[in-house]
Amino acid sequence: MSAARVVERPQPPAVEFPLDPAADTFPKLLRRNAGRFGDRTAFREKDRGIWRTISWRAYHDNARAFGLGLRALGFCRGDVLALIGDNRPELFFAALGAQSVGGITYGLYQDSLADQLAQLLAFADARYVFCEDQEQTDKLLAVDAQLPGIERIIVEDWRGMWRYRHPKLISFAEVQERGRQLHARQPDLFDREVDAGRADDVAIFCQTSGTTALPKLAMLTYRNLIAQGMNFHAVEPHIRESDEFVSYLPFAWIGEQMISTTLHQLVGFTVNFPEEPETAQRDFREIAPHFTFAPARIYEGLHTAIAVRMLDAGWLRRRIYDWALALGVRAVQLRSRGQPVPGWMRALRVPVRWLVYRPLLDKIGFSRMRVAWNGGSPLGPDYFAFFHALGVNLKQIYGQTEIAGISCVHRDGQVRFWTMGSPIAHTEVRVTPEGEIVSRSPSVFVGYYKNPEATARALRDGWLYSGDYGTLDPSGDVIMFDRMADVITLADGSRVSPWVIEAMLKFTPYIQEAMVVCGPDGATLSAIVTIEMRSVGKWAEDRGIAYTSYADLSQKPQVLDLLEGIVRDVNARLRPEWRVRRFVSLYKEFHPDDDELTRTRKLRRRFIAERYRDLIAALGEGRPAFDATLLVRYEDGTTRQVATTLQIREVRDAP
Amino acid sequence: MQAARKYTAMGGGEPILRVEDLHLSFRGIQAVAGVGFDLAPGEILGIIGPNGAGKTSVLNCINGFYRPQRGRILFRGRDITPLPPHARAALGIGRTFQNIALYPGMTVLDNIMTGRAVRMSAGVLACAVYAGPARREHVAHRAVVEEIIDFLEIEAVRHHPVADLPYGIQKKVELGRALALDPQVLILDEPMAGMSLDEKVDIARYLLELKEVRGLPIVLIEHDMGVVMDLCDRVMVMDYGRVIAAGRPADVQRHPDVIRAYLGEAS
Repeated sequence: MSAARVVERPQPPAVEFPLDPAADTFPKLLRRNAGRFGDRTAFREKDRGIWRTISWRAYHDNARAFGLGLRALGFCRGDVLALIGDNRPELFFAALGAQSVGGITYGLYQDSLADQLAQLLAFADARYVFCEDQEQTDKLLAVDAQLPGIERIIVEDWRGMWRYRHPKLISFAEVQERGRQLHARQPDLFDREVDAGRADDVAIFCQTSGTTALPKLAMLTYRNLIAQGMNFHAVEPHIRESDEFVSYLPFAWIGEQMISTTLHQLVGFTVNFPEEPETAQRDFREIAPHFTFAPARIYEGLHTAIAVRMLDAGWLRRRIYDWALALGVRAVQLRSRGQPVPGWMRALRVPVRWLVYRPLLDKIGFSRMRVAWNGGSPLGPDYFAFFHALGVNLKQIYGQTEIAGISCVHRDGQVRFWTMGSPIAHTEVRVTPEGEIVSRSPSVFVGYYKNPEATARALRDGWLYSGDYGTLDPSGDVIMFDRMADVITLADGSRVSPWVIEAMLKFTPYIQEAMVVCGPDGATLSAIVTIEMRSVGKWAEDRGIAYTSYADLSQKPQVLDLLEGIVRDVNARLRPEWRVRRFVSLYKEFHPDDDELTRTRKLRRRFIAERYRDLIAALGEGRPAFDATLLVRYEDGTTRQVATTLQIREVRDAP
Repeated sequence: MQAARKYTAMGGGEPILRVEDLHLSFRGIQAVAGVGFDLAPGEILGIIGPNGAGKTSVLNCINGFYRPQRGRILFRGRDITPLPPHARAALGIGRTFQNIALYPGMTVLDNIMTGRAVRMSAGVLACAVYAGPARREHVAHRAVVEEIIDFLEIEAVRHHPVADLPYGIQKKVELGRALALDPQVLILDEPMAGMSLDEKVDIARYLLELKEVRGLPIVLIEHDMGVVMDLCDRVMVMDYGRVIAAGRPADVQRHPDVIRAYLGEAS
């Protein structure tokens, strides 16, 4: 059955947003760009150690070959092409090719397990799948019996698969070859297919991050996506053709779609692809992009990486760094309070910028960075202060997959660390009396695929209900405290946002993740923390503390002392009722394969609360220790029982 | 001569490598005593046997480190027994070592590049100037090396000095250097020794791909019986410098002499 029938607009679009009919779909934009930019670089990919360029014309020709190849295989308008792979030009050729012949593309996370893939592909009614390599193909073939709807599995990199004879398998090159033959026979077919596309056709399925329940597939039209790009560009007009961008975050993420497809087609900058995920950091540095869009974990990771490197540095360098950073943070704090920065401080920051900040930023590839956006989930104010102190124009982006990614962004010079910025062009944001953030724009999605109940909950009278608890700042900026469902209401009726406390705990290089829970008395807050192996490992080595594994290290008395000190420091900056009274150091990291994090690395609180129910109860009761047994799942699908005793520490306020 | 006929490759056809009646002794200690075998195109031959059985000595004779007192080594029908090691390398006999023999201070890229040395023609002076043909040649060699880096999936460590790298990666680099020679035959001395299971699986995959896709014949010494039995088309068992059995892995496993050599005398 074709997917097109289910893709119906549940209600008329709330906000009109007319588009130029010659450029109202991605395939039409690509055709325009191929004509306008011709041999200018669209993509650059590092391959065999060398950056190789792909022109706009080549992008168009490759997408055409692939799209017509799909047609030759029997692909119909409204069919779904699922895409699983690292970001590479071929993935984009496939996506644009499929869209050109009326297809809907659906990106899946590469690290999904085979069973998850089977479930999602069957739910999406995907008929064709693009796989990057043997690894992804093997996963699909393992669950092939559960996927009778799949017609063809298209494999880009055939390496290692010389013995594969599965009838559904076909190589990417073969599909393109069939497309070229079809083009030779019917030279005007492709243009007719592109012309048949409409702005209100569904372009992509996008898996929502699903911190709450099973993933939902948001259906977004070209109009949704293109309006998003234009309205965002209207408030960030400095993004231009000559800019460089590095694409390394999952293609399945709306943020990556937003930049590497929508904005790329609209503006025409260069998108660079790293050689391998392992080389991404080095390649990022080589390109030194002009802007970047990443979820909070990337910035948290960069901060940790710098902090760990500085722990390794010599005494003098460490002192200089600490001093220079403190100077920067001080200046940033003054500015954020609207107070004048003294002249001596500004004068001092000039040499410091050249001698400390810039060399440091060069190491992480931020030397040319004009703006860095944080999206997906909010980033703690401490991180903002850190990056701004170094001179990075870090800005918060707020939005949902259901609004094509972005509804708010900080404006230059008005970056308030505790807000989500203000709405982009043609976008309204309000807060309901219950405190829920709702928004309306031409980018609000048309619904979840095959899930009318969830659609009805999210879309009411043209407004998108975010499920986020927040308020509006007097300046007009949106403030988000937490997910509506995650806000903790204390026994006295006051509300606590666990995220705020967690962000403060995570800011130290030693804590990777933290989850704050409230005890049964409605007053005592406790935290489950996971240590950051790199930095705590290094810290332990420096002190001659021997350890064998993550689990072992996490329970060392000295490590618990270290964590206790951190919690006490954080408590000192919190109101008494927000303070964390007990904590436990978990014997493992939270991981998406254990369903504890989403694929974009957000905590799945409901799930964690369920999974660690007994541990959380023990925290609530204030027991001194907890015997845990848990099934750990590895990436190859095997499982193992872990039994260990976790120490529960009480934290008293510093005298 | 008899030995050679006895172990003719199963695939038939002209053998790439033929070892005939090899004898090697050090001051009266007989290391190799009458070893012979053929290696057919696209074949993986495993040599197994207890420590001191003379396996590595056979490989050293093939690539010219040792000069056998008796016997011949024929490469594509040509007698290479009198040739020095570098001349054999130039003919296309690539080899890795039991103990890693890389240049520790040099990067992965440069180490693999040294494998191209026998294929380079530009002189020292031309290379120093780095212009014209020397430059073009360097670029061409670099392209070959990059193909190998891609094949072995070691892009991420391309510019790392090998001394800093884990053992398993160093073994990969050594394989890479042997491949940089454009070998006609690959001789590997315990390519998977000391590796984790994951790394062994990786190496096995590379070797199978070299065999299946490029038809490269391989002689390897390996102690992991699981690997040998899965990977090799034929196995040759040595003990006290002699071949005590040879044939398909499954047959060799059941051979009474092999069981005796490995498990001791049952009597």
